[in-house]
Amino acid sequence: MSVKVINLTKIYGLQRAVDGISFEARRGEVLGFLGPNGAGKTTTMKIITGYLPQNDGLVEVCGFDVSAKPMEARARVGYLPEHNPLYREMYVREYLAFTAGLHRVKNVDKQVDEMVERTGLGSHRHKQIGELSKGYRQRVGLAQAMLHNPDVLILDEPTSGLDPNQIVEIRQLIKDLGKEKTVILSTHILGEVEAVCDRAIIINKGKLVADAPIQELKQQFAGQTIVTAEFAESTDKNLLAKIKNVQTVKSVGKNKWQFFTASGQDIRAEVFAFAVANRLTLLELHKAEHSVEDVFQQLTK
Amino acid sequence: MLPIFKKEINTFFSSLIGYIVIGVFLILMGLLLWVFPEFSILDGAYANLDTLFFVAPMVFMFLIPAVTMRSLAEEKQAGTIELLATRPITDWQIVGGKFLACFVLVAFSLLPTILYYVSVYQLGAPPGNLDSGGILGSYIGLLFLAASFSAIGVFASSLTNNQIVAFVLATFLCFFTYLAFDFLSRLPIFFGKTDDIVQSIGIAYHYDSMSRGVLDSRDVVYFLSVIALFLAATVLSLGRRRW
Repeated sequence: MSVKVINLTKIYGLQRAVDGISFEARRGEVLGFLGPNGAGKTTTMKIITGYLPQNDGLVEVCGFDVSAKPMEARARVGYLPEHNPLYREMYVREYLAFTAGLHRVKNVDKQVDEMVERTGLGSHRHKQIGELSKGYRQRVGLAQAMLHNPDVLILDEPTSGLDPNQIVEIRQLIKDLGKEKTVILSTHILGEVEAVCDRAIIINKGKLVADAPIQELKQQFAGQTIVTAEFAESTDKNLLAKIKNVQTVKSVGKNKWQFFTASGQDIRAEVFAFAVANRLTLLELHKAEHSVEDVFQQLTK
Repeated sequence: MLPIFKKEINTFFSSLIGYIVIGVFLILMGLLLWVFPEFSILDGAYANLDTLFFVAPMVFMFLIPAVTMRSLAEEKQAGTIELLATRPITDWQIVGGKFLACFVLVAFSLLPTILYYVSVYQLGAPPGNLDSGGILGSYIGLLFLAASFSAIGVFASSLTNNQIVAFVLATFLCFFTYLAFDFLSRLPIFFGKTDDIVQSIGIAYHYDSMSRGVLDSRDVVYFLSVIALFLAATVLSLGRRRW
């Protein structure tokens, strides 16, 4: 296990920002941290990196307890904090060399050159960080996180504020990294999790609400089709529930009903037939797919 | 500690801070010692550098806070402290590197004043008629004072993420530790009874003692304690997030 979090709790004043979270992240896996703003994603990451202490629970990085052996744990973590803080007045190479010094990296020049190459900073390496565009600054942030070749990468919203092309590039970079390292990345963009992560953890109000491989999450939640129908006359819910393939029926207004079925099932024809058979006037009939967004909203409401 | 020290020194000299600090200090000292009639060594009857050692602490009181104000406040403001604090280095190394860099910059600005010593040495009648031991002691005292002010400044910078607040706070603390105890000792409740003890809490007492050219171990211990105290307070204040 590269990262092991057991029963993690963090209390700010009266608020439990993180409330008894447990999960594990393995090598060769990109783990997505999902949740609305203020759910506790950033706090959890700050605890894993050793910036904040927890009130309760255990965090281990590569077998080292973050509170008991902070130096050993920190040496194995690369961290890209939220908002990507950088020294604006430093030059790209200068900053990376400084970071390398803090990690006592050997062959500083070689390592810096390699990171510059890998993050596509080549043409900007002699610029001041303050002169760079946001996308390039993000690359500098990633480069400093990867510089000492850590086993674990903690990336807090690595693609926020980037343009679509940059997002694709950074995602590809993260995906490549995930093949050899343990990557934990937080985001509130669901598409990002689908595109990059192997597994996702959903946090809401400090609690873990889901921990599953992406495929499973998608099946679990994208697996519903909703048909909405409105009749002119009132009808009996029990009769509606007997329509073929309907799993559940929900009233959503006066004589307006929602039918939930398994994914891909289109029951509009059956609903129409039902209306005819029961001499009901059908005013509205339409079908919708349950998206990952809906799942997310359901879980984090 | 070394990477942080190097980075800070680089920042001083790649921005204007380093040059301005050294330049302003030297211009001010040059004017006071050689040009302004009331202080000028040339107008004085004696070959000594008393003016330098009297004025330098006052100038440092403002100049050192200006050097130290950004050291930690800026890191906190920009959020870069989060990156520093999650590297495999201790808070002591962060604070130590910052403190050393500030101190070295200030010490560097003092270096050219050795020329003043050489000048006064030549101007004496007969040449060389000055208290070299006292001057050496004063220089050592001034270095200790600069180190104490640097520690105070870094501490003030750790309390806030606003550089102006850090500056004002550091200036006040420098003034207080340097001179305030001297003044306080003249209060009726201390005067004639414990005024010596009250005075000895302040920096001025030990600075003056050193400028007599006698290197008393008590003074050295005092300065080292002040520096250690403020650096420890800085580390404590930096760890506030853990409370």
